[in-house]
Amino acid sequence: MASAPSKLYSDDVSLVVVLLDTNPFFWSSSSLSFSQFLTHVLAFFNAILTLNQLNQVVVIATGYNSCDYVYDSSSTGNQSVGNGRMPSLCATLLQNLEEFMNKDEQLGKQEPEGRIACSLLSGSLSMALCYIQRVFRSGLLHPQPRILCLQGSPDGPEQYVAIMNAIFSAQRSMVPIDSCYLGAQNSAFLQQASYITGGVHHKPQQLDGLFQYLLTIFGTDLHSRNFLQLPKPVGVDFRASCFCHKNTIDMGYICSVCLSIYCKHLKKCSTCGSVFGQAQTQSDEPSATNRKRKTTDA
Amino acid sequence: MSGAAQVTKRAKYKISVKDPGTPGALRMNDQKLMFMPDNRNSGAKLVVEFKSIQGHKYTKEGSNKPPLINLANAQGGSYIFEFDSYADLHVCRDFVSKVLEKSKETPNAALEKSAIKLPDEQLSEEEMQLRIKLLQENSELQKLHRQFVGGNILTEAEFWAARKKLLDIDPSKKSKQRVGFKSAMISDIRPATDGRTNKVTFSLTPEIILQIFAEKPAVHRAFLNFVPNKMTEMEFWTKYCRAEYLSRTKNYHAVVAEAAEDEELAVFLKEDDILANEVRKKIRRVDPTLDMEADEGDDYTHLPDHGIFRDGTKESNELQSEHYRRTLLQDLNRHAAVVLEGRTIDVEREDSTRALAEALARSKRGNEGADNNANEERLDRTPRVAEIEDLQAPHCLPLAPLSIKDAREYFDSQQANTLKASRDAQASMKCSLSKQEAYRSVRDAISEIKDMGLSDPIVNPEVALKVYSGLTHNISSIKYHLGKNPRETVLDRLPSATKEKLLYHWMSIQELLKHFWSSYPITTPYLYSKVNRLKDALSNIYPQLEEMKESLPADLRHQVSLLVRPMQQALDAAIQHYDADLQKRSAKSGEKPNGYI
Repeated sequence: MASAPSKLYSDDVSLVVVLLDTNPFFWSSSSLSFSQFLTHVLAFFNAILTLNQLNQVVVIATGYNSCDYVYDSSSTGNQSVGNGRMPSLCATLLQNLEEFMNKDEQLGKQEPEGRIACSLLSGSLSMALCYIQRVFRSGLLHPQPRILCLQGSPDGPEQYVAIMNAIFSAQRSMVPIDSCYLGAQNSAFLQQASYITGGVHHKPQQLDGLFQYLLTIFGTDLHSRNFLQLPKPVGVDFRASCFCHKNTIDMGYICSVCLSIYCKHLKKCSTCGSVFGQAQTQSDEPSATNRKRKTTDA
Repeated sequence: MSGAAQVTKRAKYKISVKDPGTPGALRMNDQKLMFMPDNRNSGAKLVVEFKSIQGHKYTKEGSNKPPLINLANAQGGSYIFEFDSYADLHVCRDFVSKVLEKSKETPNAALEKSAIKLPDEQLSEEEMQLRIKLLQENSELQKLHRQFVGGNILTEAEFWAARKKLLDIDPSKKSKQRVGFKSAMISDIRPATDGRTNKVTFSLTPEIILQIFAEKPAVHRAFLNFVPNKMTEMEFWTKYCRAEYLSRTKNYHAVVAEAAEDEELAVFLKEDDILANEVRKKIRRVDPTLDMEADEGDDYTHLPDHGIFRDGTKESNELQSEHYRRTLLQDLNRHAAVVLEGRTIDVEREDSTRALAEALARSKRGNEGADNNANEERLDRTPRVAEIEDLQAPHCLPLAPLSIKDAREYFDSQQANTLKASRDAQASMKCSLSKQEAYRSVRDAISEIKDMGLSDPIVNPEVALKVYSGLTHNISSIKYHLGKNPRETVLDRLPSATKEKLLYHWMSIQELLKHFWSSYPITTPYLYSKVNRLKDALSNIYPQLEEMKESLPADLRHQVSLLVRPMQQALDAAIQHYDADLQKRSAKSGEKPNGYI
């Protein structure tokens, strides 16, 4: 997979921006405990940093109410914190993570209960892309960036538009989005993201071997991926969610002006305000050709 | 030797090129060719129908090879004949190619016959030709046509009704655009000079005459006045050509002399006063709202030297002969103006020059009327437009302001919807813990790690091995199933006969379904019978698909059934709809089982 046209110091220097899912509602009900998960992930970060001296890891926490940068391996302010039982990478990261969780909880005090436990993936994707853009503009010598999404929470259909925008901009800047889905069902967004941007998507069967999965599949840099065979998903779930109810649909109506997707026939598009014309056939004979109708504006 | 019907030549029949060959006589007619060896007992007699001959090859005359012709037949064999001379070879070759061409046309004759049987349609000859040509060029289309129209499932009209785009080629061929005037100055006629007899010949075509009339309105007026009253057309043009010749010689004094003698000639030599008037009018008509100064001083065409300052002290001015000066620049400009105005008359339609002249005069008169109107409009517009913009108040244009909605509004308004929807959806993902408990558990996990450090080993070795072997197995099996070549599709791995059958079934299903769905809702009995026909055809496809699946070896059967499933689903949907509609119909109509409207 060709990445951005960056003149590198060597081919296989990579910058991995990791989007870590810290949704407490998911982790408290997951079979893999959060501490085990962190163990695997921290070891993985260490492994990436040892692959090449110039490799860089940036961690963004995807919370329930907010997202924030939690760790940046290139920042020089990494003091050795703690009791010496672990490398400073881990210590700093855990410290920042704890602070982030406190902040996140405080932000969430006003929200009502009963929402779907989905995390703000669109926010952290946007933050990752902004960071990568800054790296691109920093000069000719920079590592090859990629995004790794460690997600367990289900897709939030209300984030569909924002996530698709982020995915398209990643495709445009040629940044592959790898995704590792740890939840129970399938995530259509992550599959689409990896498919469109040329990254790798995988749903590990055995969660206690997560470290092995991460090293084997997601540890390789972009240059080496040209000669390695990585697992390809057999199919991609391309379903979109409708703009009116945020349901996942696979057949619907599309406004011919702004391409917004609706699950039922509307008189007026709610995104761009264009008025649709009359339906052509009678309403008591719904045939298959009318299921996907193109609507026109006034 | 003979004419078109039959050819008989002496030839030797060879099995291969190296074979010495059996001498004998080769006879060819429309249907077949026959070879009779000289020696009746050699048994090399041949009778071959031309229908089985696919192509022919022959040796060239210039090469050193003997004159051979090689006829290839459908099964891959070939018949080689050697002739005595190249002349014989050419005759036979021409005959063979003629017969082969004719035989290629006969399968289409059948098509033509079936296409011609259209009692309810009025088709023009060229439309018929177009359809036949389309069928000949596109073999897929031909197959579909033969299957459906030949099998009486669709009528000819319905088949082509779905393909209007293909038949629409005609209008573009007839371009209604008229060819304009040539940029080259053909009105600048040059004679052909004959050195021996000292004669000069001018040739004038109607096109040239039209251009002359358009460019020189004085000549046009003279023509209308003089012919046929004062002189014949021939005399007129003779005088005109003489005037052209004279002016080209640049013999100034001769020009003046001749002009003085012959007043008609003088018309041609003089300056064109109609043009001069027109130009003056144009100058007066200049739109004052244009930010340019235009007055009589800009009438440079009639100034000496076109207004270019020149020190003319060394030249002698003969005022009287000024009229007869005509410069190349004037001619060029006039020609350019005429070409840009465009052509209003078709030369071919006018029979005589007189008619041409009159037509031109009429069109000019028509233009004058339009000019007057334009003039009035301009006068009206002048006071309105000649405003001083600085002193105007800013006026709001009647535009709808651009309303770009705040994006947040959209996202926030959807929260209410999601709350409603999310309450019942995905109950399994809801956490049983309260918010504080959930956060606390996560924080506890983090502190746990901080105290304990990373676990050792991070991953259990057996688990790691299992994961690793699982992944490699996964990757290799995907490679096996999807193939190494990313461009290879599932279809390519099937045997080609199956692939073609699949594609053919798919195409015919698409065609039938297109017609089926387009005839709903049923409003006429014609549509009803059409739907019945289509439904029968659709139900016949099921056994065909089954048969195809059974003919395959077991390992391909699964893949083919995966490919066939969407076809079957489409057919099922169509037939379901048909049954549902039939039920509705019979319920509505009560006793009538047919459900006619």
